[in-house]
Amino acid sequence: MIRFTFGGLLTRKLRTVLTALAIVLGVVMISGTYVLTDSIDDAFDEIFTEARQGSDVVISGKSAFDLTEGSGVAEPSFDESLLPEVQALPGVALAEGTVDSESTSLIDEDGDAIVFGGAPNLGFAIPNGDSPFNPLTLTAGAWPGPDEVVIDADTADKKDFAVGDQIGVQVEGPIERLRISGLVEFGSSGLSIGGATLAGFDLPTAQRLFRKEGKLDEIAIAAKPGVSNQQLLGEVEEILPPETQARTATEQASEDAEETNEFITFLQGFLLAFAGIALFVGSFVIANSLSITIAQRTREFATLRTLGASRRQVLGSIILEALVVGIVASLIGLVLGLLLAKGLFWLFDAVGFTLPNTGLVFETRTIVVSLLVGILVTLVASLRPALRATRVPPIAAVREGATLPEGRFARFRGIGAALTAIAGFAALLYGLFGSGLGTTQVLLWMGLGALLIFLGVALFSSRLVRPLAQVLGWPATKIGGAAGLLARDNARRNTQRTASTAAALMIGLALVTLVATLAAGIVNTFKGAVNDLFTGDYAITAQNNFSPIPIDAAEAAAKAPGVTSVGNVRTGEARIFDQTEFTTAVDPGMRDVISMDWVEGSQDVLATLGDDGAFVDDGFADDHDLQTGSTVTVTFPNGNTRTFTIKGVFDPPTGGSPFGPVTISAATWDAEVPRPRNLYSFVKMSGGESEANQAVLDDALADFPNAKAQDRQAFIDNQISGLSSVLNILYVLLALSVIVSLFGIVNTLVLTVFERTREIGMLRAIGMTRRQVRRMIRHESVITALIGAAIGIVLGIVLAALLIARVDFIDFSLPVAQLVVFAIAAILVGIIAAIFPARRAAKLNPLEALQYE
Amino acid sequence: MESGGENGAVIIASELTRRYGAGDTAVDALRGVSVDVPAGELTAVMGPSGSGKSTLMHILAGLDKPTSGSVAIGGTELTTLDDNQLTKLRRQHIGFVFQFFNLLPMLDAEENIKLPLSIAGEKVEDGWFKELIGSVGLGDRLSHRPAELSGGQQQRVAIARALVSRPTVLFADEPTGNLDSKTGGEILELLRHSVQDLGQTIVMVTHEPRAAAIADRVLFLADGLIVRQSEGASAHEIVEAMEEIGAE
Repeated sequence: MIRFTFGGLLTRKLRTVLTALAIVLGVVMISGTYVLTDSIDDAFDEIFTEARQGSDVVISGKSAFDLTEGSGVAEPSFDESLLPEVQALPGVALAEGTVDSESTSLIDEDGDAIVFGGAPNLGFAIPNGDSPFNPLTLTAGAWPGPDEVVIDADTADKKDFAVGDQIGVQVEGPIERLRISGLVEFGSSGLSIGGATLAGFDLPTAQRLFRKEGKLDEIAIAAKPGVSNQQLLGEVEEILPPETQARTATEQASEDAEETNEFITFLQGFLLAFAGIALFVGSFVIANSLSITIAQRTREFATLRTLGASRRQVLGSIILEALVVGIVASLIGLVLGLLLAKGLFWLFDAVGFTLPNTGLVFETRTIVVSLLVGILVTLVASLRPALRATRVPPIAAVREGATLPEGRFARFRGIGAALTAIAGFAALLYGLFGSGLGTTQVLLWMGLGALLIFLGVALFSSRLVRPLAQVLGWPATKIGGAAGLLARDNARRNTQRTASTAAALMIGLALVTLVATLAAGIVNTFKGAVNDLFTGDYAITAQNNFSPIPIDAAEAAAKAPGVTSVGNVRTGEARIFDQTEFTTAVDPGMRDVISMDWVEGSQDVLATLGDDGAFVDDGFADDHDLQTGSTVTVTFPNGNTRTFTIKGVFDPPTGGSPFGPVTISAATWDAEVPRPRNLYSFVKMSGGESEANQAVLDDALADFPNAKAQDRQAFIDNQISGLSSVLNILYVLLALSVIVSLFGIVNTLVLTVFERTREIGMLRAIGMTRRQVRRMIRHESVITALIGAAIGIVLGIVLAALLIARVDFIDFSLPVAQLVVFAIAAILVGIIAAIFPARRAAKLNPLEALQYE
Repeated sequence: MESGGENGAVIIASELTRRYGAGDTAVDALRGVSVDVPAGELTAVMGPSGSGKSTLMHILAGLDKPTSGSVAIGGTELTTLDDNQLTKLRRQHIGFVFQFFNLLPMLDAEENIKLPLSIAGEKVEDGWFKELIGSVGLGDRLSHRPAELSGGQQQRVAIARALVSRPTVLFADEPTGNLDSKTGGEILELLRHSVQDLGQTIVMVTHEPRAAAIADRVLFLADGLIVRQSEGASAHEIVEAMEEIGAE
């Protein structure tokens, strides 16, 4: 039986390869994801470890609660007087204090901030270039003196800067021009730090630029010989003021890596989810290909049975065949995954988003998971067709045109399909609306629900094939003539086969439609919100549209001629009712640029918050039973606590508002938050939107290259642009599952052509040209693809509607243009899938085809 | 169109050879066959398996190319045509009836019959279609699918399909080979009738003497050569002739 299996695989090379491809693609994705994320993880670990070289204990500022990076507030700095105290400790050999800033823009010759992809712009003090704490290596020039800067050699190379040149630097205040004293590399061996720009200054210059005069962010300490890290830590902790903490360098390095690790874990899960989708689609392709192959081999199995093979042996031979395909495909996928990871590094680099990379990491876990998942999916997918093959009776060997007997449960198929889909919707709805579920549980229930829905719809869709082919095949019959008519009839011939083939594409299209519909909802709701709220003329944001920017930019804009009011939204985090909340602060100018819908209080609240006034959104008010006159206690990152009186409650539009749940006055905010930052600044000008006013604002912001002024439409477009990048990434990832389903169509068509050899021979004999044969196959392929698209798009819209019903910040909106594009894409998939099978069919020699049995 | 040969022949083939493979393993299926198929007659080609009768038919019908020699149908030389031209020629001049009927399972009888015209992008003339249906005796079966028809009925559909475009020649390859003798007899009658009443030219390959007996002319092939011709032979005479060939 084993020889029978392998012989079978070899004689059906083409089919085997096409079936295996479906698995290979999914496994490549798994393996590639692991290799990519492990490699990034490794590189970051190396960077963070290297950054702490030479130090044994690190002192850093401590906020009153954990802060989210990029939220607009950072850990507080501490007074530099701590440094001499530390240096005086008996166990300390060496101690140095530094300051840093993650938004130190370097300005190129054109006056633009230098940004490579989304990588950070790191700025820091280098108190002593030769100190063992310094992780940088000088490649040219000298360490910086007063009003000098060292930049990384990579940036200098890309932007054509050399030692001795002047370069613009902007952190908190306006641009300053500094002399480049030297070029540096991170680490000792040119470690890539993934596109980040580096700017190092001497301590006083850094303190001035970062607005941290007399302050330090960190003290690095080396122990005297014979003093253990724990002893040193003990000594340091005795003199630590509040708002600071001390950790060993190793602890600090892993603390530093925490945020990146979270990101990497997210990225890994995210990419693996798409690998899972591709494999799920792949399992349909495998099940379908095997079903067709087994139907075609009915006689062969019957003959085996007459020769004495047991059902078990027949089953075994098919499972073995699947196992071999699964193993080979998974191995290929595993290896190709390495190439994928390499390719992705290269791709990100090519688009200017260099990822840190210290070489590809190939962990045992990658091998185990890739192989296991690939093989298991293949085996599970082959189970049903294999069981059907065992039901072939020996007598089928001698019957002309014997077909596979229907399964025992065939008549329950419709009910089973419906029940599966209903169970899926139930699971999905429970995930969406069930109370008290954690995020992970919600995702799991939704995932399970989607899986069952797809399965149920796929099983049920064989009943939809006839009517759908009738409608969707109509254009084919009009443009394809007899070939089109035959194509439509062929598509309806074996409804189960057409349905399974289309189902693979359906899944991809349902997900793409879901994403597009959600995105359309978000975009339209956001536009609506901006149009409802925004009564100003211009908005100022960071170049990347979301980073908080120094308030000096808005202050510069406020002084520009013609500006009548500026409303700023400060952003950060505070602790309210024992939870860390996204908190905002506004200045009085806000009254003239944003118009809110007030449940309690009025528009004037925006201008009259004073020292202890606050307003909240209605959701927060409901949750905490607040109304005008109630008080809330707010703890700031510096540990200070203040009590505010509620002066107003507003009802944000569906698309959201620029304000957090709790908003206070900017004046109070600035008293508690060092170096406050604005998320948005809204500007009203006399004369409204005009080219002249735009030029005035651009001019006012010239010293703040990281800030930009935009009119209403540009603001909307820019805010949405982030979403379009996310959308494009999702589309690319979902395209993978569409490609897998494309292979499924190719496979079905190849098998169908093979099955209909004699028929095609007859058609050629009675006058069908090769071109007509190709057209016939192509139209059948397109009709199949369109059936998948039709079901998928409808399903995607239904799923999106359910999700939108759950979340309260999106209104439903149908992305008609995108849906048309998806339908066209499906037609293209059909046409591409048909190329090879159609060519094979057209090449059939009518004479040989007629004699074929 | 039905002209062509000097003696009213619609197919003129001369010195046909057909070799399969090359070198030591080469097989000569035809070794110099010349044949004229006269218009309006039923010509039967007989011979034991391996005699080359199927190869001859395939070459005459433009499905296969001879290694040497020439074939002309209705005055058009086939050996120089490309695949596309041959396909167009088949549409216009040739009809096929196969041993296994070869109907499309998803089309009903009427659609199967009209298929060649629909492929050629032509419409069927109503009067002719009715006449055709009447003469093959399928009047009440037109909306049935092949699976709902008996073998004999399926072959009637196949014959109607071959006749619908009024081809110059109809080729029938063992048309009774897959039918019981009574049904087979009816099909032979139908073929005979289409020669007599419709003036159809037919070339039929068969190994059944009973089938060959309805022919106006029988060509006997053995080892790639025409070894004998007879006109209006009875089944009995044909059996004898076959035995003689076998004995040679």
